Amino acid sequence: MFPELNNLLNITPDRAEQGKLTLLCDAKTDGSFLVHHFLSFYLKANCKVCFVALIQSFSHYNIVGQKLGVSLTSARERGQLVFLEGLKSSVDVFFQANEEPHPLQFLREANPGNLQPLFEFVREALKPEENGEAAWRCPVLLVDDLSLLLSLGVGAVAVLDFVHYCRATVCWELKGNMVVLVHDSGDAEDEENDILLNGLSHQSHLILRTEGLATGFCRDVHGQLRILWRRPSQPTAPRDRSLTYQYKIQDKSVSFFAKGMSPAVL
Amino acid sequence: MAAAATCGTGAGSTASVASAASKSKVTSFQRRGPRASGTDSGGLRLVSIAGTRPSVRNGQLLVSTGLPALDQLLGGGLAVGTVLLIEEDKYNIYSPLLFKYFLAEGIISGHTLLVASAKEDPADILQELPAPLLDDNCKKELDEDVCNHKTPESNVKMKIAWRYQLLPKMEQIGPVSSSRFGHYYDISKRIPQELIEASNWHGFFLPEKRSSPLKVESCSLTHGYLKLLQFIQNIIYEEGFDGSNPQKKKKNILRIGIQNLGSPLWGDDICCTENCDNSHSLTKFLYLLRGLLRTSLSACIITMPTHLIQNKAIIARVTNLSDTVVGLESFIGSERETNPLYKDYHGLIHIRQIPRLNNLICDESDVKDLAFKLKRKLFTIEWVQDNYLRQERNIYPPGFSYLLKQKDSAWGEGSLQHSTFLMSFLAKATAFASRLVRHGEPLKQTGSGRIRQAAGPRLWHDGRRQEAPGFLGIPP
Repeated sequence: MFPELNNLLNITPDRAEQGKLTLLCDAKTDGSFLVHHFLSFYLKANCKVCFVALIQSFSHYNIVGQKLGVSLTSARERGQLVFLEGLKSSVDVFFQANEEPHPLQFLREANPGNLQPLFEFVREALKPEENGEAAWRCPVLLVDDLSLLLSLGVGAVAVLDFVHYCRATVCWELKGNMVVLVHDSGDAEDEENDILLNGLSHQSHLILRTEGLATGFCRDVHGQLRILWRRPSQPTAPRDRSLTYQYKIQDKSVSFFAKGMSPAVL
Repeated sequence: MAAAATCGTGAGSTASVASAASKSKVTSFQRRGPRASGTDSGGLRLVSIAGTRPSVRNGQLLVSTGLPALDQLLGGGLAVGTVLLIEEDKYNIYSPLLFKYFLAEGIISGHTLLVASAKEDPADILQELPAPLLDDNCKKELDEDVCNHKTPESNVKMKIAWRYQLLPKMEQIGPVSSSRFGHYYDISKRIPQELIEASNWHGFFLPEKRSSPLKVESCSLTHGYLKLLQFIQNIIYEEGFDGSNPQKKKKNILRIGIQNLGSPLWGDDICCTENCDNSHSLTKFLYLLRGLLRTSLSACIITMPTHLIQNKAIIARVTNLSDTVVGLESFIGSERETNPLYKDYHGLIHIRQIPRLNNLICDESDVKDLAFKLKRKLFTIEWVQDNYLRQERNIYPPGFSYLLKQKDSAWGEGSLQHSTFLMSFLAKATAFASRLVRHGEPLKQTGSGRIRQAAGPRLWHDGRRQEAPGFLGIPP
């Protein structure tokens, strides 16, 4: 969790909004630091988190999480975190034919168009516990990242359907939040990815878009972050506010500053 | 060792402080002993595998790519459990070299190899691996090849401190020990046969695997990829690289090399058409391979003819699915071949992606303009900027480019001082030349000691003064 980003977004773990879809998107840079931010943010906010991690291993997220002050291992033990490790289970699914359907069952299919098992997994994970009062505040679904599903042969429409189902369940029914990461392919002209990105941009409430600098690599500025609120949080706030900041990733935090105001230049 | 280190090869930096401290011998300067035996590795749990070292940044175990210069650019080496993707150059001349360096390093370090190809028999690939430069030869070769000094002193061993000569020799001469991380190789020679025979390797040659009966699989993976994945999974499982049977034998690293992945020989059609039926085959294969690697002690190098892939979207996806991506761009057939800036090089090397492992940031090096050069024996990577400065040195008088390089000096290009200096320099030179013509004076007679003493500001402090005495000898 990066306090500076919380200030920019005007949120704190104590009063996280509910029912929102946040889209993280990166172009010509790596936006995974935002995933780490939201993972630690919601764990600290005492939310029940379902993390569909397709791109990295559990230990990677765990070690980075420890730097940000949360322990994924203990969160998983006490039932706050449900972690789907894509890399590990994909190998199991692929090489061992199991009878019971696995969330990543589509890996074995010739024409995967069905993310239903994955959705069932998410719904099962975030289902409110029947006995007694809820131990966790609100359910949160995190996906890192959706573009990977396209690489695995799932169509863009199927992914959009999946997101829609999740929104209906998590955001609307359970009054929870969703955070998904999608890569912007930029000039690679990845049509399916563009469909996915545009479709999600249309639905989401908050878009955080990280871009590499147009001038190329720089040691002191790693990229710029654009924040776009689709709906005003307060009725009085101006609509469709958009803000641009530059950032520098440090070992345990990220510092944000206005364009051209990097401490290295001043 | 001192001589090699001063040449800027970077090999010397591997001698770690930690192991030096564990030895209670005479000096901290001494080289680390062979770690393979494991006799002296007291508390170092991580470095118990030969040819590896832990990363300073993220604690991940690293292996060498077989090219110390590349190791440095990638943040110390290639992390175990990750994929290194080499984008092949247009005519596939230089990328096989990197591939072979990686495998040769595995043989020297005693790692298990898995070589997969659809084009050449893996046994043949192994035969063509470059020979390692032995420790004692190494210094000589590096002196010859890397530091190309014209001075006759380069053969004389540099002596930094005389007293160290008296110390007993600690270095093991013989077959290169795995004490060092990353070795140099001589591409003009082949690796000794006995080293190959002693090594443990597995070959995957696609045409041979075709003979097996085609099983109808429900998944969408191309036949070649499927076979290869099953092969790799088998090796990892049977030889215990996944840590399933740790008690069986000593831990070792599996080095996987896959040649020309994605080429039509693998039965993939992404190189032929833009909208192919099984365009997800390659990305799916890479994802599953990544899954296999992350759960085992293995590192993988893949060379891929990305310039052949018709659909740019696939390249972007492949890059996202690999950890480290290095692109080679050779000058052959391009305009850059005749560009004087690149006259000393054979191509450019692009570090496209460096993985973020256990960390928010990655070890990205600040140096971006890198070029490679294939010398008689070595493949070297250099900073193009160096060459640019070297050229500048030929244009300007000696010592002048040094002034230009000084960051804080007011002598930057375009500044007042710069132009004044150039003008006065040119004026003096013309005046002198015209005087020569007028008096018909021969050049060497002007360079007498007395006049040189009287010469103006002594800006030029190197050997060239003797070559052009006339310029300095102008009486004010």
